[in-house]
Amino acid sequence: MRSDRAQSAPLGLKIAAACGLLFLHLPILLIFVYAFTTEEKSFVWPPPGLTTQWFAVTWNRPDVWQALSLSVRVAAISTAIALVLGTLCAAAVSRTKFFGRETISLLVILPIALPGIITGIALRSAFALADIPFSFWTIVLGHATFCVVVVYNNAVARFRRTSGSMIEASMDLGADGFQTFRHIVLPNIATALLAGGMLAFALSFDEVIVTTFTAGQQQTLPIWMLEELIRPRQRPVTNVVAMVVVLVTLLPILAAYYLTRDGDQIAGSGK
Amino acid sequence: MTIAALNPSPAPAILPGSGGIRGALSDLFWRRPQLLLLLMLLPPVLWLGIVYIGSLFALLAQSFFSIDEFSGLINREFTLKTYGDLLQAANLDIILRTVTMAALVTLASAVVAFPIAYYAARYARGRWKALFYLGVMLPLWSSYLVKIYAWKLILAKEGILTWLLAKLNLLGLLDAWLSLPVVGGNSLSVSFTGTFIVFVYVWLPFMILPVQAALERVPGNLVEASSDLGASPGQTFRNVLFPLALPGIVAGSIFTFSLTLGDYIIPQIIGTSRLFIGQAVYSQQGTAGNIPLAAAFTVVPIVIMGFYLWGAKRMGAFDAL
Repeated sequence: MRSDRAQSAPLGLKIAAACGLLFLHLPILLIFVYAFTTEEKSFVWPPPGLTTQWFAVTWNRPDVWQALSLSVRVAAISTAIALVLGTLCAAAVSRTKFFGRETISLLVILPIALPGIITGIALRSAFALADIPFSFWTIVLGHATFCVVVVYNNAVARFRRTSGSMIEASMDLGADGFQTFRHIVLPNIATALLAGGMLAFALSFDEVIVTTFTAGQQQTLPIWMLEELIRPRQRPVTNVVAMVVVLVTLLPILAAYYLTRDGDQIAGSGK
Repeated sequence: MTIAALNPSPAPAILPGSGGIRGALSDLFWRRPQLLLLLMLLPPVLWLGIVYIGSLFALLAQSFFSIDEFSGLINREFTLKTYGDLLQAANLDIILRTVTMAALVTLASAVVAFPIAYYAARYARGRWKALFYLGVMLPLWSSYLVKIYAWKLILAKEGILTWLLAKLNLLGLLDAWLSLPVVGGNSLSVSFTGTFIVFVYVWLPFMILPVQAALERVPGNLVEASSDLGASPGQTFRNVLFPLALPGIVAGSIFTFSLTLGDYIIPQIIGTSRLFIGQAVYSQQGTAGNIPLAAAFTVVPIVIMGFYLWGAKRMGAFDAL
C-alpha cells in the first residue's frame, strides 16, 4: 500500500511554495488597486485616494477603442487560421507515422521556441525584400504563425487519447470519411479545439514583440500600452487599460482550463 | 459450392461504392491514406515553410550583406564583414551581458520554481492540485506588458517596495544595494537588479510546469526509502530528487534562457541604458538602419540555442516537456 498520500508536507516546503505563489500573484493584484487610485503623476503607494473616474475617461478615449478593435480583429482571424492549420497538422502527426514527422512537429514549435525578436525581424526583413507594405494582414501573418502551436498542442493531445477503433467502427457501419469526421472525430476533439482556439486568441491578443516589427503605424492594444510605458501620456488611463486586459485574458484561460480538465472522460479513451 | 469457391473472379464488395463526388473522394482517401495525409499536411507545411522558414532564410541571407558606412546603403554582396563587426568590444560586451543575465535568471527561476513544483507534484491533491495548476497558468497567460507594468509600479522610487522597506526600517539595506557598481542604480526600476527580478517573474511559470511534470513521475516511496535508509532530507534531495528533476529543470531552462536572450522590452522599460542583444537588434534595424548587423546579432541567440537544445536533448529534457 502506498503511504505517500497521507503525509503532509514539511513546514519549510509549505512556506516556500506559498511564497512562490504569492510572488506570482501579488503584482497582478496590485494592478487592480492602481486602477482606482486618484494619483495622476506618479506610482505613489499607498494610493492617496480611490476613485472610479478613470474608467469613464478611458471609456471616452477613441485611441483605446481603435487599438482594442484592431487587436480583437487580428486575434480572431489569426485564431481561425491557426485552428485550421493546427488541426490539420495534429491530425496528420497523431494518426500516422511518416518520414519527416519529427521535423514537422519541430517546424510547428519553432516560431515559439525561438525568441520573438527573431520571428519579428525575420518577417520584417522578408516583407522588405518582397516589397510587401505593412497592413492588417502583415500582423495576421505573424500572429497566425506562432498561434498554430497552441492549437496543435491541444489537438494532438486529444487525438492521441481518442480511440482509433471508434473511427474504424464508424467506417464499418457504413459511414463515409466525411460523415465519420462530422459525427465521430469532430465531437471528440471539439472542446480541445475550443480550448486551443481560446489560448491562441489570448496569445495573439497579448503579443507585442513580433507585432512591433510587422505592424507599421498601426496600434494593437499591446503596442498602445508599450507606447504608454515608454512615453506616458495619462497614467491613470494606462492603469485602467492594464486591469481590463488582465480580466479579458483571464476569462479565456479559465474557460480553456475547464474545457480540457475532464480529458479522461473522452469517449473511447479507455480502450 | 466448390465451383463457386474455385471461381477465379473476385468476390463482390460487401458495400456498394458510395455515389457522388463526396463518396468518390471518401473512397479515394480510404484506399490511398497517403494522399489524405499529404493533403492534410500541405497547408500547414506550406504556411510555416514559406512564411516562417522563408523569412528566417531571408534574415540569414541579410546577415551576409554589409552596410556602406558612408552612404548608409546596404551592399548586397556576400561578405563576412558584418560578423567581424559583431566581434567589436562593444558588441561582445552586449552578448556577454545578455548571456550572463540569461544564466542567472535561469538559475534563480529553478530555485524559486522547485518548491512550488515539488509541493504541487507530491502533496497537492484534488481541489488544491487544480488551484496550484491555475495558480501557475494564470500568471503564465496574463498579459506580458501588464506584468512588466506591475513591476514598474512596485520597483519605482515612490512605489510599494520602498514603502514596505521603510515600514520595516530596512531602507538602508536598499540604498546600500543600489550603491553597488554594476547591479545598483538610481532606483530599482533603473538597475540590473530590477531587470533580473522582472525576468525571473515573467519566465517563472515556464520553469515550474516542466519541473512539476518531471517530479510527478518520481514515486513518493522512493523518497521514503531514501529516508528509511538513513539519508537526511538534504541528502535525499541531492541524491534522489534533484537528479530525477534535472531533465525537467533543463527543459524549463530552455524557455527561461531563450526568452531572456531575445527579450528587448523588459530591459528597455526596467533597466539601465546598457543594452541587451534584443535591444541591439531592435536599434540596429530601426534607428541605425543597419539590417545586416541586426541580422548577424540574431544569429547569436540562434546559435547559442542550437547548442543548448542539442545538449538538452542529450540530457533527456525533451521527454520532460
